[in-house]
Amino acid sequence: MKKSLHLKVKELKTGLGVFRDLELVLGKTITEPWEEPQGPTPFPSAVDLRDWDLKLLSRYRPFYLPYCDLCCLCTMGKCDLTRGKKGACGLNLAAQQSRIVLLACCMGAATHASHARHLVEHLSKIYGRDHPIQVGTGEVEVEAPILRLVCGIKPKTLGDLDEALDYVESQITHLLSATHTGQEGDALDFESKVFHAGMVDQVAMEVADIAQVSAYPYPKADPEAPLANIGFGSVDTSKPVILVVGHNVPPAAYIMDYLSENSLQGSVEVAGICCTAHDLTRYNSKAKIIGPISWQLRFIRSGIPDVAVVDEQCIRTDLLSEAEKAKVPFIASTEKQCAGLPNRTGDPVDEIVKDLVEGKTPGALILDPAKVGEVAVRTAIEVAPKRRKFGALPGQDELVELAKKCTECEECRRACPNDLPIPEAVKAAASGVLTGLADLCAACIGCARCEDACPQEIPIHSGIVKASEEKLREEAYKVRVGRGAIQDVEIRKVGGPLVLGEIPGVIALVGCANYPGGGREVAEMAEEFLKRRFIVVASGCAAMSIGMYKNEDGQSLYEAYPGVFDAGGLVNVGSCVANSHIAGAAIKIASIFARRNLRGNYEEIADYIHNRVGAAGIAWGAMSQKAASIASGFWRLGIPVVVGPHGSKYRRMLLGRKEVESNWYVYDARTGEKVYVGPVPEHLFFTAETKEEALVMLVKLCMRANDTAKGRAIKLAHYVDLHKRYYGVMPDDLHLLVRKETDIPITLRDEVMEILKAEGWRERETPDPTLLERLAKPKEAR
Amino acid sequence: MMRAEPWQKAEVPGPLKASVITKPEVVVAMVRRARRPLLIVGPEASQAGLGDRRLIDYAVLIAKAGKMGVVATAQTVGEFLKKGFQGAVWMPAMDIANRLCDPGWKGLDGAGRYDLVLVGGIHYYVEWVILSALKHFAPSLKTVSLDRFYQPHATWSFPNLKVEEWLKQLDLVVSGLEKTGG
Repeated sequence: MKKSLHLKVKELKTGLGVFRDLELVLGKTITEPWEEPQGPTPFPSAVDLRDWDLKLLSRYRPFYLPYCDLCCLCTMGKCDLTRGKKGACGLNLAAQQSRIVLLACCMGAATHASHARHLVEHLSKIYGRDHPIQVGTGEVEVEAPILRLVCGIKPKTLGDLDEALDYVESQITHLLSATHTGQEGDALDFESKVFHAGMVDQVAMEVADIAQVSAYPYPKADPEAPLANIGFGSVDTSKPVILVVGHNVPPAAYIMDYLSENSLQGSVEVAGICCTAHDLTRYNSKAKIIGPISWQLRFIRSGIPDVAVVDEQCIRTDLLSEAEKAKVPFIASTEKQCAGLPNRTGDPVDEIVKDLVEGKTPGALILDPAKVGEVAVRTAIEVAPKRRKFGALPGQDELVELAKKCTECEECRRACPNDLPIPEAVKAAASGVLTGLADLCAACIGCARCEDACPQEIPIHSGIVKASEEKLREEAYKVRVGRGAIQDVEIRKVGGPLVLGEIPGVIALVGCANYPGGGREVAEMAEEFLKRRFIVVASGCAAMSIGMYKNEDGQSLYEAYPGVFDAGGLVNVGSCVANSHIAGAAIKIASIFARRNLRGNYEEIADYIHNRVGAAGIAWGAMSQKAASIASGFWRLGIPVVVGPHGSKYRRMLLGRKEVESNWYVYDARTGEKVYVGPVPEHLFFTAETKEEALVMLVKLCMRANDTAKGRAIKLAHYVDLHKRYYGVMPDDLHLLVRKETDIPITLRDEVMEILKAEGWRERETPDPTLLERLAKPKEAR
Repeated sequence: MMRAEPWQKAEVPGPLKASVITKPEVVVAMVRRARRPLLIVGPEASQAGLGDRRLIDYAVLIAKAGKMGVVATAQTVGEFLKKGFQGAVWMPAMDIANRLCDPGWKGLDGAGRYDLVLVGGIHYYVEWVILSALKHFAPSLKTVSLDRFYQPHATWSFPNLKVEEWLKQLDLVVSGLEKTGG
């Protein structure tokens, strides 16, 4: 496929006459045939899939949880939208909530699109636009399932990705414009646009990840990707340490290159936080991961890093001032976070290093990633002996004295997102007992709002870190490096058992680290599903948290379970943008296992996934706008997402009503008739209050209309088992989930039959399910 | 600590804020006046309290004295069973709140809409948004927060209280309901 041709002719004299200001534009020329026919919606506009969205939204109605009763987005406001009041523009509170959700999703999608655009431009410059797309070494034929599905294109080279990004950027602009005053005003239409934002976000994420996987020496769909070290304790603090934070890996990759080219590997530690860390270990598994996003302050204040390099996304915006306190030179490396620093991109390396080492400047903005690599390494080596790991933490005695200033006003606790019992811990610290502060560390999300709230200016977060210092330095675990895509051969193997329900489901543990009670719960959830032989996939901060826990054999789950996409496998796909491979795996099941056409055929494939692929996501610490857009991409594919309690602040859920029978009919593709299938999956977006509630709900959300009797029995066995274990009672909805007696797990037969009889249950058929009427007519009638 | 401001200070709502329960008799009167009261209890009910006096214990007493239906969210239904209380129905917090906003929903027993909801034991910020939903989208429903922190989206809420004071208030609610029951 070739890029466009644009020809302008001021005046052209021909036998037919004279043409003035002639302009000829060729969008693209197809140079390679693709046998698969183009589907109905290549490059869909914001309304092309609206009918599909409204089908989903009629089953899963938005339940609005207003986070603010006001609108303050224009100067006619503020407007009070309480209880049915409309704003000066006519908008009501429900529409305002979905409008804010759309804004958040546009922010998320734009962030991934910008990241992808930068990667494609950068990698094309280095490796050439003709560099081939290669996401697996021979085992991946469907290289870009999302691009095939959404855009109807099959990219062969880095340059081919431009077309998809052009599309994404145009769609985000249209969607963002719909949030302007006087544009969209209907809540459900906003919701449809939210789904659209999520879908284009998946395109952007796939572009970003397949570009970097193709160009860099990352694992390529490798189930045996190496194990990397994670945790404070994995860093050799006797060496200079470079900390990298963010999501966009080129500057960090150049650090590794510079070390290698100058025979310095092994003499400098490079350690990352958040997704840059994931991608850096994909680039070179000798790099270290410190931990999720919430480890930023504790690591900077510990004094361990000698240089901090930030790129983009999820970076604390006060990290420069934090670095200054610990005398850590700071390098900003992308236009998205300049941090108020002088642009030193054009300056000689020697000068920048000298200024940083001598402390003449706290940091530098360097927009050349190769230069960042050299400056960071040289600065770290020169500054480390001077800094001698100077930290910004108080000494223990000092901490006790500071704690004595506490007046027990409780402002710290009231500022804490997790309502941690900080006052009691500070009171104990004042008497010399620091264990209370140390105990807070695991559930602390590292926001440090407690410190800002304290009228006595007690550095509470630093106190927590200081009290936990010993424990933190013992953190040393293993995490499997992000492998990227799922192989076609893996899809072929699990496609049947998954679609028939015999593998009970795919559980994706994704998202940020805004956990209600610490990351351990994420690992515990992963372990529960692994023991039950689900396929467990992970990405981002959640994938890190899974690794930061040891089982009774002293192993992290990545050591205890294989990295294959199969029952009982634990698959770390990689960073945030690698979430595209999770959606991609579901799409590939429809393509590779069921042989459905992907090309521009979104609605049919989403319908297939929704009715047949038992998959659900859990974003236990979802925090960001990116997390919102990632979730919305899964919603449009009909894949349910559960969030932790903080996720209730995303302003609305998408909830099914299991008792409303009319919501749960599908067409039987064999007969064209409408058939009741029960509430499967029950919800599309759901907040769980506790880990226990999440586990029970996730198992249930893996049920699909297409499950075979054997598959449904397996899923019901897990559901009943967890329900009884955590709730102490049998589920109240078995009559809605059991279709025939053969669905009932054999060990529960008598107990369940008794319940079913009491409910007046009757057997029902299992159809060939679809929500699309056009697919539901008998074949001869189509 | 009798301040009527959100416990989590940045959780500022809008113009319509909860009235402060200064006397527990208010809660008693509301329950007595209600035709169809409902009690919703979340997983923190087992932890919140002091010594052997936990919110879940008060919930059992309130449910019995007020003769009201009980929804236990998350794993709280198991906690009720441990207390020997069989009357709680399991339902996720999101699901019960969603149904309460549906004017056509006939309640757990099919006998009709609820006109009063007492709620407690749910994470502060989750309860905050749930009460917000009920305030805006179930305007005829009265809501009372039984927690010890001010919930601005409720119709009535205790102010931020010390644990001992809060338990004293709950004691008075229970005794008031018991006195006026029957």
